[in-house]
Amino acid sequence: MSLAQVETVAPEETGGGLGRDAWRRLRRNPVAIVGAILVIMFVALALLAPWLAPYPPDKPVGQVTPTSIPGPSAEHWFGLDDLGRDEFSRVLWGARWSLVIGVVSLLLGLVGGMVLGLLAGAFGGWVDGVVMRLVDIMLSVPGLLFAIGIAAMLGSGLDAVMIAIAVVNVPIFARLLRGQMLAQRQSDYVLAAKAVGVRRRRIVLGHVLPNSLTPVIVQGTLTLAVAIVDAAGLAFLGLSSNDPSIPEWGRMLADTQRYLSSAPLLAVFPGLAIIIAALGFTLLGESLREALDPKYRR
Amino acid sequence: MTSNGTAEPGEPAPPDGAAGSAGPAPSNGAAVPGEPLLSVRGLKVHFPIRKGTLLQRVVGHVRAVDGVDLEVRRGMTYGLVGESGCGKSTLGKAVLRLVEPTAGTVVFDGVNLALQGPEPMRRLRRNMQMVFQDPLASLDPRQSVESALTEPLRAHGFPGDRSKRVRELLDIVGLPAGAAGRYPHEFSGGQRQRVGIARAIALNPDLIIADEPVSALDVSIQAQIVNLLEDLQEQLGLTYVVVAHDLAVVRHVSDVIGVMYLGALVEEAPSDELYAEPLHPYTIALMSAIPIPDPEVEERRRRILLTGDLPSPVDVPPGCRFHTRCPFRQPTRCAEESPDLREMRPGRKVACHWAEEIATGTIRAAASAQDPTATEVGAPAVQ
Repeated sequence: MSLAQVETVAPEETGGGLGRDAWRRLRRNPVAIVGAILVIMFVALALLAPWLAPYPPDKPVGQVTPTSIPGPSAEHWFGLDDLGRDEFSRVLWGARWSLVIGVVSLLLGLVGGMVLGLLAGAFGGWVDGVVMRLVDIMLSVPGLLFAIGIAAMLGSGLDAVMIAIAVVNVPIFARLLRGQMLAQRQSDYVLAAKAVGVRRRRIVLGHVLPNSLTPVIVQGTLTLAVAIVDAAGLAFLGLSSNDPSIPEWGRMLADTQRYLSSAPLLAVFPGLAIIIAALGFTLLGESLREALDPKYRR
Repeated sequence: MTSNGTAEPGEPAPPDGAAGSAGPAPSNGAAVPGEPLLSVRGLKVHFPIRKGTLLQRVVGHVRAVDGVDLEVRRGMTYGLVGESGCGKSTLGKAVLRLVEPTAGTVVFDGVNLALQGPEPMRRLRRNMQMVFQDPLASLDPRQSVESALTEPLRAHGFPGDRSKRVRELLDIVGLPAGAAGRYPHEFSGGQRQRVGIARAIALNPDLIIADEPVSALDVSIQAQIVNLLEDLQEQLGLTYVVVAHDLAVVRHVSDVIGVMYLGALVEEAPSDELYAEPLHPYTIALMSAIPIPDPEVEERRRRILLTGDLPSPVDVPPGCRFHTRCPFRQPTRCAEESPDLREMRPGRKVACHWAEEIATGTIRAAASAQDPTATEVGAPAVQ
């Protein structure tokens, strides 16, 4: 076995698994850096809003009439809104609400989708059939329309909005995880694990599931963007909290419609905020996908 | 283990010499050399072909394995050869019930595997292991070598120090102890296959089915892995079923060789005899395709070219499954009657109606089936 000694362990890399490779690829991708900066900015502003906001978001701080709404000034960077509240403070607090709605609805949808996907992917057979037909039915309704229906059904309130967005995402995660698991179950290493006598449960939870999660993580990041946009969309359509003082970007857009001619910037600021937040998560999600699965790389 | 000096060019001479492994290796404990360890009877694996989106109906079957009988004695190596798609890998997996057989029995060490429930079957797996063709695909990319080698130990409640056993296994297969913390993608192909072999021997099995163990590897590495498998057989008293399409590899390691064609065994013989005098027309054609490492003999080598493609295992020809391509085809029997795998001489089994006549030269290969560059048309194909 003389050649065996020559053929030493590949020195190309020291330690670490696939995660380290992915991290390296991610760091080298300028798109990922931009996405990450936007996301970090968004999250930081959202978390620090109470300290960063110069004014309370829910109380009038200046005089306004419907015909004269003051624009940006040194005192009020984004100007005042139609009720005389500081628009900059409201956009900051809005980030907080967007983040809460996005994260909570993502987690609810992720948990629901993964439970369904895991059932379908692990058991197959009639369980798979039932779950997938349910998923098909849910997916046959356009996303936002579905969310509007559910939110309307559940009544107003942020809870309803979060549940509605979560439900819309459940079938997406379920189908994704199930498909990945089915593909992984066909792989040689699953057969090899079976051959050495690993128990079924351990094969599914220890091998199939971890190897199926990558696209779910990517989809989760992308879903945060969609959830923020959907939440804004629902709020714009009047499906949001009963409390008008809660600064929510979608509602802020809706509320400024009437003043579009006199104060167009009131629509621009929350709109830009929505775009930047969604863009950040989308860029990060796409580059995560590329980093975690080199097959996607261009 | 037959050591017949068929070392491939470039193969490093094994320091211990393959000759040392002649005959059944001393087995661990009570094992009696020569006693049948594995006995397969009428094994069939048919995969249904379904059509239709809503109401699926079965429109046919892929008869991947179509009635195979074979017996493997303890301590020996059974080589299974055949062209790709002949069902040899499926047969290997069906023996271990990694693919569920459609019919037939597999008796392993006196236990009928078909009768075992999932949990008893799982426990039995510690005695029968598999080495896979693609070492990278057969290792979980997220699992370190240590974890991959500990897994069988955990699954069967290995008593004692598991990390010590992992180091031991790495040493046996010739990997440094530092390999334990690494991941499959950090290794070369040969090293990965060593990991796969270490996993297979982790529980001291009796039987290892090696499915094309070296065909995914570089030629220079192939010899090392073959030697490793031979060394392990000697040290651990293993019994092998080696599935391969490379006739040189199979000849080198096998005591007995079974030749498969379209899901069935067409010939079975001790390795040396099979190469010296193939009896089945298919084997004759296969052997005639092996280049001979002697320019003068190679010059006179007569090739029998098979006409037509391998028939689909969905439509296995009636009668003899080889008759559609057989250069020795006769007007009678071949197309109507399916030949059994019969013992023509002691130790020589062949599934051909006309094997005796072909062996004596009474029946000759059709001229069109022979290489046009060949000179003596009609002479026996293999001396």
